[in-house]
Amino acid sequence: MAETAEIQAESQFEFVTFSAGGQNFCLEITQIREIRRWTPVTALPHTPDDVLGVMNLRGAVIPIFDLAARFGLGKTVDDERNVVIVAAVESTTIGLLVESVSEILSVDTSKIQETPDIKSEATRHSILGVIPVEETMVRVVNLDAVLNAMQSVPA
Amino acid sequence: MSGPSIRDTFFEECEELLEALVEGLSQMEEDGQNMDVINAVFRSVHSIKGGAGAFGLDQLVGFAHTFETVLDKVRDGEIAVSEPLMSLFHRSGDHLSDLVAAARDGTDTQAETEAALTAELEQHLGEDAEEEEFSFDALTLDLDAAPPLAELQFVIAFSPHRALYQNGHEPLLLFDALAELGQIEVTATHDTLPDFDAFDPDDALLSWRITLTTAESETTLHEVFEFVEGLCDLTISTEERPAEIIPFEPMTELGDSDGDASADHPPSPDPGAAANAAPVCKSTTSSAAKDARGPKPTLRVDLDRVDRLINTVGELIINQAMVSQRIEELDIPTVAHLTNELEAYKLLARDIQEGVMAIRAQPVKPLFQRMSRIVREASDATEKKAKLVTVGDATEVDKTVIERLADPLTHMIRNAVDHGLEQPQTRIEAGKDPTGTIRLSAAHRSGSVFIEIADDGAGLDRERVLAKAIEKQLVPADADLSEPEIDNLLFLPGFSTAGQVSNLSGRGVGMDVVKNAVQALGGRVSITSQHGKGTTFTIVLPLTLAVMDGFVISVADQTMVIPIASILETIRPRTADIHPVGTDCEVVSVRGSYVPIIDVAENLNLADRITDKTTGILLLVETELQGLVALRIAAIHDQRQVVIKSLESNYAAIPGVSAATILGDGKIALILDPEELIRLAQSRGPDPVNQLPRMELRHG
Amino acid sequence: MTTKVLAIDDSRTIRNLLRVSLEGAGFEFHSACDGEEGVEVFPDVDPDVVITDINMPKLDGFGVIDALRSGPNRTHVPILVLTTESSDDLKSRARDAGATGWIVKPFDDASLVSVLRRLTGHAA
Repeated sequence: MAETAEIQAESQFEFVTFSAGGQNFCLEITQIREIRRWTPVTALPHTPDDVLGVMNLRGAVIPIFDLAARFGLGKTVDDERNVVIVAAVESTTIGLLVESVSEILSVDTSKIQETPDIKSEATRHSILGVIPVEETMVRVVNLDAVLNAMQSVPA
Repeated sequence: MSGPSIRDTFFEECEELLEALVEGLSQMEEDGQNMDVINAVFRSVHSIKGGAGAFGLDQLVGFAHTFETVLDKVRDGEIAVSEPLMSLFHRSGDHLSDLVAAARDGTDTQAETEAALTAELEQHLGEDAEEEEFSFDALTLDLDAAPPLAELQFVIAFSPHRALYQNGHEPLLLFDALAELGQIEVTATHDTLPDFDAFDPDDALLSWRITLTTAESETTLHEVFEFVEGLCDLTISTEERPAEIIPFEPMTELGDSDGDASADHPPSPDPGAAANAAPVCKSTTSSAAKDARGPKPTLRVDLDRVDRLINTVGELIINQAMVSQRIEELDIPTVAHLTNELEAYKLLARDIQEGVMAIRAQPVKPLFQRMSRIVREASDATEKKAKLVTVGDATEVDKTVIERLADPLTHMIRNAVDHGLEQPQTRIEAGKDPTGTIRLSAAHRSGSVFIEIADDGAGLDRERVLAKAIEKQLVPADADLSEPEIDNLLFLPGFSTAGQVSNLSGRGVGMDVVKNAVQALGGRVSITSQHGKGTTFTIVLPLTLAVMDGFVISVADQTMVIPIASILETIRPRTADIHPVGTDCEVVSVRGSYVPIIDVAENLNLADRITDKTTGILLLVETELQGLVALRIAAIHDQRQVVIKSLESNYAAIPGVSAATILGDGKIALILDPEELIRLAQSRGPDPVNQLPRMELRHG
Repeated sequence: MTTKVLAIDDSRTIRNLLRVSLEGAGFEFHSACDGEEGVEVFPDVDPDVVITDINMPKLDGFGVIDALRSGPNRTHVPILVLTTESSDDLKSRARDAGATGWIVKPFDDASLVSVLRRLTGHAA
C-alpha cells in the first residue's frame, strides 16, 4: 500500500480546478493557502483593471486580482458564489477572485499538455499547460507569471 | 539549536567592543590620566584579539596585538598621551574596525594602511618591538618532538608548600596524572609531622617520593607539575641520567617579559606622520554621570522575535479597535461598565505596544561615533581641520531608522567638512578657530526625532547656488527666490554642490539622495544657513516605523489615513476663499496668501474633483519645494494611531500611497503620502502649483 | 556527578566558546561576565572549578582569585586562569595570587578539557 502511494506521489499532481470568465483553470494544490468567500476589498489607486484592491488576511495586506480580467475575459460579475483563492509564491501571498471552485483533480504529469499556440502572448505566458478532462480543457495557471505581470504594472 | 553561530556572536561583540573603543579614545582625549578609561580601551582591543585568535584571524590578531602593546605601555605610564598619539590611536581603531569587517565579510583591507600604522605604532615600542614575537601556544603542546623513549624509571621527590593547597591543588590528582603516564609507586614521608597539638590543618606537612616507570619524556613529567612549580620542592631524576640534563624550568615560553620592554627606550618622539592629522572627537554628554550609573543589565534577543512580537501587538491593537467597534454597533443600553473595561483594554494594549516598540529603540551613539571617523577622513582628504561634537547621543531611535540613516548622515557629514568648513587659513583670517566644528545632535521633540548636522563654516554661497541651479536649468534664469528657497535648491535632483571637484565630492551622491532616504523613513530634511556662521541640516524622523498618528479621512467614498505630522492645519473653506486659476486649478486664500488646492481623489483616479466648493475639507501641508499646498478631501472622521502595513511586501508601491493599515472594522485603509501626492499632481497635466508665481505662495 | 565549571570572562565570544567546548565534554557550565559578578555568583553556583579571564572590567582576574582565596569564605576550589599572554611573569603572578593553573587563549578543546580534568580529578 505504502509503495503505491509513493509511486503516485511521484507522477501525480493534485490540482484545484475553478472557473473564471466562464473558462476552466486550475492551480497546483500546494500553491493554495486557503479559499475564502469574497468580501469587498479596498481599491488601490493607479492600478490596472485586474487589480481589485487589497484585503485583510489575518493582519496581512494582500492584493486581490480578478483572474478573468487578467486573462482578458472581462471583469468577474458580482455573484454570491464568487470566491477568493489565496495563493502563495515564495514569500508573496495574493488572492485571486474566481467565479467558483469546482473540484480537486488528481492528474498524472504525462497528461499535462503544452499550451496550444494561441495569439495572446500574455495569456500564453500565464498558462503553464492544459489538462484534458472529459470533454473540457483545464488551464494550469502560471502563478509566477501572473504575479510578475501584475507587480510590474504600477509605476 | 538555531541561533547565531559563535562566529556571528564574535563579530557582534566586536561591534560593541569597537564602539567602546571609540568612546574610550574620546574620553582619553579629555582625560588622558583616567586609568579606568585607559583600561577599558585596552580591554576592548584585547578582547578583539582574544576572540580573533580563537577563530584563527591572524591578521586581526596581529594588528590588535601591536595596538594593544602600545596601549599597555600607556597604561603602564611608559608612554604619555599626546595629541599625535591619540590621532594614531583613532586611526588604529579605524583600521581595526576595517579588519573586523574584512574578516567578517571575507574581503581585503588596505595592506599599506596597515603597514604604515604598524610602523607608527611600533615606533612607540622601541627597538625590542621587532624582536618580540607573540605566539599562542596551547598549554599541553608537546614541546618534545623526540621519538618515544624507551621506558625509564624516574624518581620524583615532591614536597608541597602550604601555598600548593591554598591554590586549590590536590597532590592525589597530580599522582593520578602521573599514573596515566606509566607504572607508579607513591610513598608518603611524614617525618615532618608535628605533634597533634601543633597541627595546623592548612599547613603542608606531607612529602612524597614517587617512582614512575614510563616511556614518556621528562618534559612530559614536568608538564604534570607545571601548575605547581614554585609551590613545592620538586626533583625529578632518572636511574640512568642525572636530573640536571633537563633544566628545572622546562616550560619557559616565548615571553614578552612585560616590564622591561621599553624601560630603556623612552617613548620616541612622534615624527611628522601623525602631526598634521588632528581632528578629534569630543562628546559633550556628561561622562561623569554615565560612569556613575554603570551599564544596565541587558538581555540579548533575536530581532526576528521582537518583530514578530511587534506584529502581534499590532494585531492586538487592531483587534481591540474591532472589539470596541462591534460592541458599539450592538448598541446595548447598559453599556457603561463595559465601556470602562474596554477603555482599560485599550490602554493596556497601548502600553504593551509602547513597551514593545521601545525594544527596537536604540541609542544613536554608535551611529554618531562612526561619524567621528568620517570627519577624520574627510578633514584629512580636504586638508582641513575639523572636530566632531556630538550632543544627545543617548537619544533612542528605531533600529531600522538608525541603520538606514547611516548613509545619508555619512554623506551630510562629509559635505559639511568638504563644502561647509573653510580652509584653516581662511578661518583664521575670519577670526575663527582654525579647527572647524561639526556639531551632530539628536533629540526627541514632540513625538519626533530631530537630528541636526551643523557646521560653523562660511554658510551657503547663495549666489553660487542660484547660479548653479540656473546653469543646470533647474530654475528659470529670471527666478526670484527667497533665501530659504535658494537653500532648498540643494535638494533638487541633479544639483551638485561642489563648484570644483574636491577629493570628496564627485561620489555621485547629491543631497537629493539624502532627502529621498530620509523621506523613505517617513521623515523630512531641511536646511538653514547663515552667512559666515555656518549651515545646519535638520532631519526630522518619526519615532517608530511601525505606528503612526493619523487622521482617518474620506477621499471620494474611500476611507484613508493621512499622517498628522504632515498636516499644519485643517480648513473648512468658505466659498469666498476659493478662487479659480486658469481653467482647471483653484487656490484658497489662507490669511492673505494663496495656496494651491490639490484634489486627492482626482489625483488618485478615484473620482472626479469635488465641484462643490463648500463641501470637503482642506488639509494644509507644507512641502519642501512647493511651500504650502492644500489637499482637498471629503471629510475627517477620527484621529488615531495606526499600525503601518507595507503594501510592497505582497504587491508593489503605489504612487501617493506610503502604506496601508487595518481599521477597527477589519477593513484596510490606505495611508497617503502627501509629498508624493503633490509630486503626482505636478506630473499630471495642468499644474496648479506652477501656474502661480512661486513668491506669492510663501508669505502671508 | 557532573563537574560544575564557573567561567568568568567579559568576552561573550570566549564564554560561548567555553560553553560549547565544556558542555560538549559533559561539564555543567555556568558563566559570569565580569569579576564582580563571578565572585557574587560563586557561592550559588558552587563550582568544582573556576575559569577566569585576567583583563576584565570591575574586578580583574587577580581580584577574582584574591576574593575567592581570602576572607572568611575562602575556597580551595581550583582556579584556572585564561590568558592571551603566555609570559612567565604573568604565570608567576597568577600563581602568587593563588591560581591553580592557566591556559593560554586560544585554547583547543582537548587541552582545556584535559587540564580541567587534571585539576578536578573528575572525568567530566
